[in-house]
Amino acid sequence: MSTKDFVTYVKSNNLVDVLQDYPIAKDFLANFRLDAISKALPLPQALEEVEEETLDEFGLDKHGMLQKFYMFMENFAQREETSTTVSSLTILGGLNKLKKRESIELTIVSGEVVSVVGPTGSGKSRLLNDIECLAQRDTPTGRQILINGEALDEIQRFEMGGKLVAQLSQNMNFVMDLTVREFLEKHANGRLAKNADEIVEKCFLCANELAGEKFPIDTKVTQLSGGQSRALMIADTANMSNSPIILIDEIENAGIDRRQAVELLAKSEKIILISTHDPLLALMADKRIVIKNGGIDRVIETSDTERKSLAAIEKIDNTLQMFRNRLRTGEIITEDLLR
Amino acid sequence: MKLVTVAGPPSSGKTSVILKLIEGMDMDKGSIGVVKFDCLTSFDKLSYQEAGIPVHIGFSGKICPDHYYVSNIEDAVQWGIQSGFDLLITESAGLCNRCSPYINGILSVCVIDNLSGINTPRKIGPMMRFADIVVITKGDIVSQAEREVFAFNVKQVNTAAKVIFVNGITGQGIFLLATFLKLARDIRTLKDLKLRFTTPAAVCSYCTGETRIGEAYQMGMLKKLEFDGK
Ligand SMILES: Nc1ncnc2c1ncn2[C@@H]1O[C@H](COP(=O)(O)OP(=O)(O)O)[C@@H](O)[C@H]1O
Ligand SMILES: [Mg+2]
Repeated sequence: MSTKDFVTYVKSNNLVDVLQDYPIAKDFLANFRLDAISKALPLPQALEEVEEETLDEFGLDKHGMLQKFYMFMENFAQREETSTTVSSLTILGGLNKLKKRESIELTIVSGEVVSVVGPTGSGKSRLLNDIECLAQRDTPTGRQILINGEALDEIQRFEMGGKLVAQLSQNMNFVMDLTVREFLEKHANGRLAKNADEIVEKCFLCANELAGEKFPIDTKVTQLSGGQSRALMIADTANMSNSPIILIDEIENAGIDRRQAVELLAKSEKIILISTHDPLLALMADKRIVIKNGGIDRVIETSDTERKSLAAIEKIDNTLQMFRNRLRTGEIITEDLLR
Repeated sequence: MKLVTVAGPPSSGKTSVILKLIEGMDMDKGSIGVVKFDCLTSFDKLSYQEAGIPVHIGFSGKICPDHYYVSNIEDAVQWGIQSGFDLLITESAGLCNRCSPYINGILSVCVIDNLSGINTPRKIGPMMRFADIVVITKGDIVSQAEREVFAFNVKQVNTAAKVIFVNGITGQGIFLLATFLKLARDIRTLKDLKLRFTTPAAVCSYCTGETRIGEAYQMGMLKKLEFDGK
């Protein structure tokens, strides 16, 4: 609907019906302390009964309030967000920490998983940050990021920024005082998702599958363990996010099924970069970027031989996991468990 | 000279954002000045001085901070022009949710932090609703989903605003803010320009120093809370 259509619609429908059609309108009323307004009338008439003083406290008169409502509806009453199609991302090299040229031009296409490896402090997070802000030779590294083969101007960067990239890192925590269900509902509503209930349910089941330790849906998000939080963040990103690029910064220490997590994300035809020290994650990727002294030193394609060793690594990983579980449940560790 | 007003609740990261911003503006040292409007004390002077940024601080004391701001902003502008600045940034702490130091035609930035609670954007009044740009800080330590929900709540109350995430420590996101600041218009005076929103109306006996409680002592502009059964 255009603004004009909304104007006609709002004028000819009682507020109760508008709220029925667009539940989000309730937020608008709450924001302007109009919760108690008469719902049996169309908004223009209902506003007649509101005291001037209340509106004045928001710097508005009746006309101004109506205009605000039309603008709000136009922005928030639309169907689900559409996302930008990104088929490729290109990293054009800049300078490393020693100011030496980084001779690289790497294109990653959607559906690809790329890992980023290198010592602590070498510049893995910096590379992910360059991608996040769609650097145009204006960050300390001088790298340039192209989307679908093209450079971006400031306005495109602004408009795309945030929508293009979803991030997940070890430093991230939940801070909202909400239960898992409330949190997922809030996010689904914010995304203007149509089938919110379904998505919430799906996210929750998925998070529990990834988490080492299960949790009920009415747990407060702030009370989840590190692993459970990470699992919920991954499930949320995989199921709810429209962002075509996903950046993951060192999540290996979390108690989650990493293999399943990456498989889940990879299924979504997105571009995925994972900074990691974990051989399992690194080898699950199609390619890995090796960072040295702040620069991309080389890019290695995961070979079939490497992939074969993945099975062996996984076995070792499972063994460690078994030890961890035994410790947790108070059992004794003996050497013959290794056999 | 360009003028930009930055406001935000206490501790939302205004000073960090301004410091990073000045770094990111890519302008000559000394060509950007700051006027900080505060209430009682301020520890920001040091931060600016350490960074070699000319700064002037004003304390509103017992005056309503918004009234204090409006009655001094033109002098601040003239100070900036005389000092030869190309850009003057005013920083003011929004001390009540009704504060709004924004002027029509002057680029206005509201700084708010991601940890301040999910409904905070909806509770802050004109300071959030009338800003041209809303900067959200401390986003690096909360989940992606919460960042999105927070930005959504900001958009709900200020649909027209540009929302920018800035990391006050690393400066991530600052380049975008700098881009918009370069578009701020040049001014020589603020005379005859108007505030975007009225300052709190308060000419009552308590404004003039009354401290006693009770109806007999209340005079001037009053607003009474109604309790049930009265
Ligand atoms: N090419 C570069 N030029 C300048 N500084 C860099 C470069 N790459 C990385 N850095 C800086 O080096 C520091 C460590 O990098 P970081 O990305 O945190 O390392 P890692 O994530 O690998 O542990 C950061 O301050 C980062 O900004
Ligand atoms: Mg790192």
